[in-house]
Amino acid sequence: MDFSFTEEQTLLRDTVRKFVQKAYAFDTRSKVIRSDAGWRKEVWKEMADLGLMGAAIPEDNGGLGGGPVETMIIMEEFGRALVVEPYLQTAVINANAIRHGGTAQQKEQWLPAIAAGEAICAFAYAEPQGRYNLADLTTTAKKSGRDFVLSGHKAVVLGAPYADYILVTARTSGGQRDAKGVTLLAVPKNSKGITTRDYPTVDGLRASEVMFENVTVSPDFVIGEVDNALPLVERITDEAIAALSAEAIGAMKVLNDATVEYCKTRKQFGVPIGKFQVLQHRMVDMFMNYEQSVSITYMVTLKLNESAHERAKAASAAKVQIGKAGRFIGQQAVQLHGGMGMTDELNVGHYFKRLTMIDTQFGNVDHHLKRYAALTDDKAAA
Amino acid sequence: MDVRFSPAEEAFRTEVRDFIEKNYPAHLRGVARSEYDSREDFLAWHRTLYKKGWVAQAWPVEYGGTGWTATQRYIFNEESAAADCPMLLPFGLSMVGPVIYTFGTPEQKKKYLPGILSGDVWWCQGYSEPGSGSDLASLKTKAVREGDHYIVNGQKTWTTLAQFADWIFCLVRTDPNAKQQEGISFLLIDMKTPGITVKPIITMDGSHEVNEVWFDNVKVPVENRIHEENKGWTCAKFLLSHERAGIAGVARSKRAIIRLREMLAMEKIDGAPLISDLEFQRKVAELEIDLHALEYTELRTLAGESSGKGPGLESSILKIKGTEIQQRITELALEASGHYAQPYQRDLGDNEHVGPDYAELVAPHYFNMRKTSIYGGSNEIQRNIIAKMVLGL
Ligand SMILES: Cc1cc2nc3c(=O)[nH]c(=O)nc-3n(C[C@H](O)[C@H](O)[C@H](O)COP(=O)(O)OP(=O)(O)OC[C@H]3O[C@@H](n4cnc5c(N)ncnc54)[C@H](O)[C@@H]3O)c2cc1C
Repeated sequence: MDFSFTEEQTLLRDTVRKFVQKAYAFDTRSKVIRSDAGWRKEVWKEMADLGLMGAAIPEDNGGLGGGPVETMIIMEEFGRALVVEPYLQTAVINANAIRHGGTAQQKEQWLPAIAAGEAICAFAYAEPQGRYNLADLTTTAKKSGRDFVLSGHKAVVLGAPYADYILVTARTSGGQRDAKGVTLLAVPKNSKGITTRDYPTVDGLRASEVMFENVTVSPDFVIGEVDNALPLVERITDEAIAALSAEAIGAMKVLNDATVEYCKTRKQFGVPIGKFQVLQHRMVDMFMNYEQSVSITYMVTLKLNESAHERAKAASAAKVQIGKAGRFIGQQAVQLHGGMGMTDELNVGHYFKRLTMIDTQFGNVDHHLKRYAALTDDKAAA
Repeated sequence: MDVRFSPAEEAFRTEVRDFIEKNYPAHLRGVARSEYDSREDFLAWHRTLYKKGWVAQAWPVEYGGTGWTATQRYIFNEESAAADCPMLLPFGLSMVGPVIYTFGTPEQKKKYLPGILSGDVWWCQGYSEPGSGSDLASLKTKAVREGDHYIVNGQKTWTTLAQFADWIFCLVRTDPNAKQQEGISFLLIDMKTPGITVKPIITMDGSHEVNEVWFDNVKVPVENRIHEENKGWTCAKFLLSHERAGIAGVARSKRAIIRLREMLAMEKIDGAPLISDLEFQRKVAELEIDLHALEYTELRTLAGESSGKGPGLESSILKIKGTEIQQRITELALEASGHYAQPYQRDLGDNEHVGPDYAELVAPHYFNMRKTSIYGGSNEIQRNIIAKMVLGL
């Protein structure tokens, strides 16, 4: 049993923490999310210079050769600072898609570019009708000679306003919700036939509705097997869930620390409000919710390379725990700050909003409870 | 025990329904209050009810009230909520109005009550201060008597809709040496008086609903004081119990659950309406059952009130359960919206909106409703009240 971090990993955490402390003061972030751009190119570049973009990319492909633990460390620190750049979409989801599903040539083409911060990527998996079912797809990619012709509407694609490439799930065969017939394509955003409608999200990110209208995509941009990409899509979303869990525990920690600190200093009735036992117990519950979330984040991170079944179970378990804990901690942090917790000026509301939205990404608590239950169903296992 | 309505009450219901149907401004139908564009939007319905003589439902007839029974008020609330009528602003009608007709002099009643009834004068509530929220009696804004004026200095905060207000009613400290509750007076202050500054506070959902109100040597005539000097706490306590009574919001929650069900019929999960999902059915059922229980708790309270007991300690139950239910409804709407809870659409142009209409404001509403367990006496404070006053702990 060993839950300690290596020297390199500790160093990585220090590096990231120092970086966000400098680049991500809360006031700076507030200005950035209100600016037209909504993000900072120079911050992106610095992430690349520090090696963060390639932290989990093999050394042969221009990365640092780390793995899920390195991603977890970075995402947790990003969660503490509420980083808005599409790191998850680019350095985790897209990099993983290519690592697991790409040809040698695709790896050579993409991974060094991602590691260098030169390719910004989004992940278009959701559709207006599909809710959290990854296979519920009306976007189609039809064969036309060698190429594919892509048409459809992808919903709430985070990071898409800045993206150079969009990783798209599309149906190449089968019925609307069939497991078979799903294909993954990495499409240059400037391809003819793509239009986007960009907007801010309630938690300070940017996203787009992405419309594909007869977009011609060369087979070189297909990642993994045609018709059989659903297992790959599930794998990269489970990995994304692990990373999101790490982001969430970073955000939870900030809220818990801020709340305890506030209750020690805020006085009502002549005493710090932290003296009221009902608030003490509330903060103890917040603390326990956080610790349980850290544990499950470690669990899912360490199980990412096990069998698809084990990995999926761990990811769903983590998403449920994170969703429930994020809601409780977020709501109570606001409550214990009283009126101050409601303001836009204080950081508390912003962490609460981000935790709330994390639950809507890649399936919420209900979705993953069901998925977990299905995965552990005796009949299914037998 | 009988909860059926009498034929007269049923006739009253029909009358109310018809009136709303014919008179409710079409452009405000179904628009949430947080999305109103102007001061007039807030007042439109108030003015319509005023003309009909229905605006001051709980006031005694002699002051321009309807003289309705508790049951009639209940019916009116049900019908208004069912038709998506906006809630009337409480600051004049439910807060300062009753204080004035209960504690004010005949001159004060004559001066202030008509403007509250007509809606011509907009009031806001100046109780909370940065250092005094739950512990309201520790408030520091001071009023020093100089001849026939008070000079007021200090700061109020979280003042709802002060940006539109003509007048503010304030708790101020008039005797710094007395025991906390015994040195407070209740003052009415014209917002146009020199020395008053209103600064917006933006809440996390992006709306401008609350404000800071600063007082810098503000001169207030002594005749603007309600009740005796240093007896303001009596008015404050009276008002707080009135504020809590309306807060259960049963009729509104009923309507909100109907809307939630409509939304669940449109949102799809694997091609089927989300409401056919067993998990979701259970959650909505649980919420409705909670609301049924609360409705009967409120009816029991109302029955007690009609028999002359006045809003009692039960009002703390109404506040706690009512706000928990309101918050839960917004939570479920947010859950139901899936990915489309994420876009922030308040600043988008008319043709730029994305996703289904019903999802558009679910996240801002969810965030905004967190306030309900904080204001009006936080839910922790309400539980303290029940523990102490009801259970004797
Ligand atoms: C949207 C909004 C609108 C408002 N509108 C108005 C308005 O129009 N006019 C006005 O005067 N005020 C208004 N308020 C202020 C509101 O009444 C106060 O926020 C409320 O009284 C809580 O005070 P506080 O914010 O200072 O929190 P605090 O009193 O500092 O409380 C912080 C936390 O400590 C808890 N706590 C405090 N004391 C105890 C205790 N003894 N036991 C257990 N827990 C305790 C509270 O429950 C809370 O969770 C508004 C507030 C909001 C959020």
